[in-house]
Amino acid sequence: MRRWDNPVAVIDLRQRAGYLFIAVMVVHVILISAQVTSKSGVPVLESVTFGIFSEIQRVMSTGVSGVRRVWTGYIGLRHLKQENDALKRELAAAQIAAQEQQALASRARGLEKLLELRDRTSLRTTAAEIIGMAATQDFRTVTIDKGTRDGLRPDMAVIAPAGVVGRIVVPSVRSAKVQLLVDRNAAAGAIVERSRAQGVAVGVGGDRLEMDYVSEVYDIVVGDIVVTSGIDGIYPKGFVIGRVESVERSGGAYKRIVVRPAVDFNAVEEVLVVVTPTPAREASGGASE
Amino acid sequence: MRTAGVVLAVAAALALQTTLARFVVRGTVAVDLVLVVVVFVALTSGPAAGLLAGAFAGLVQDALSSSIVGIGGLAKTLVGFLAGVIGTQFIVVHTLPRFVVFFCATALHAVVFMGLYMLLDLRQFSAPYAGVAGQAVGNALVGVIAFQVVELLPGAMERRRAQRGGIRR
Repeated sequence: MRRWDNPVAVIDLRQRAGYLFIAVMVVHVILISAQVTSKSGVPVLESVTFGIFSEIQRVMSTGVSGVRRVWTGYIGLRHLKQENDALKRELAAAQIAAQEQQALASRARGLEKLLELRDRTSLRTTAAEIIGMAATQDFRTVTIDKGTRDGLRPDMAVIAPAGVVGRIVVPSVRSAKVQLLVDRNAAAGAIVERSRAQGVAVGVGGDRLEMDYVSEVYDIVVGDIVVTSGIDGIYPKGFVIGRVESVERSGGAYKRIVVRPAVDFNAVEEVLVVVTPTPAREASGGASE
Repeated sequence: MRTAGVVLAVAAALALQTTLARFVVRGTVAVDLVLVVVVFVALTSGPAAGLLAGAFAGLVQDALSSSIVGIGGLAKTLVGFLAGVIGTQFIVVHTLPRFVVFFCATALHAVVFMGLYMLLDLRQFSAPYAGVAGQAVGNALVGVIAFQVVELLPGAMERRRAQRGGIRR
């Protein structure tokens, strides 16, 4: 009688030692992975899962991008597409440079800011392409095609020509997960450029940000530009976060400010990762070493 | 009943092991009684029992030794499974083959256990060859003696009973 003809034999583990062995080994591997953290400080289980999934995203993104490029670039507007791409790159670089210049000019007003000028002008960035989005809308994250192999580490700032995008949370070897500024767990030190009112820009999970801890005494109007203050140790100072969309008196000590992000997170395709460590990150890195 | 016996044997081995831990040979305990029990169960009951005994014993040992829970379990699961496969595929009833199986099982266990720790960059082992070889010999001796005792004990007791019966008559 074959094994499958006997229902007792099918559930008898002694006759299925091979499957049992594989199952027990997998459980052990998962158990070990959940306890061990990788060199980047991320649990191995999370890092491996993300690493594998990002490869799938990379393949799919490459396939979709390839079809799209063939359609729009090669068949349709071959020469115009190339020229347009080059112009977009130049424009992006120019916008980044303009933001840097704008930030430099504002900081040059104070003597204290003169020292920070050196840090800012020496910002080193690496370009990355977005290859995937978050698996669930509850988490506003994207996957980029650069990882630890390219020098990326957790808590590195990610920016776009329009402004701040987010920070790296889980880097794998060839890709990295970026937490967008609009994620409900994201926050950045912020300052209103005109009135110099400081606060914290926090994500609320939607497509807007809230600027918390801004005192009622500050003069803030709709349309004011909000930039990074740099006090969080992640985002370099002076990069655009967004514009004030509404200001309300909450009745307490702080205003209720809604900020419209400068970056369109649904349309952004290419980003820059700030590789240069901020003074705070350098200090914490040095302390941990 | 048999499962309860295996659990009791593992528990007894763990209790003894914790008292033997101070007899150390160059960083490695001279005899790993838990591993001996796992290989013994695998040789007598097959690969499924061997791997389950290995997983159970290894996890308990890991939990008691405040290391990464799972590394010892994984190593002992692998050893239990392979020893069980060898026990079913080859005739391992004589002293020398049993000695070799216990010796190789200890060596494989050490390679997997230390290899995983080094691979995960959690711990370094400097030249553990002498310690592992000593433990392999110790485990093999204890394992072979355990087999002899388990196999000869029922017959010896029977003979003793028969002798007592003859004297009374």
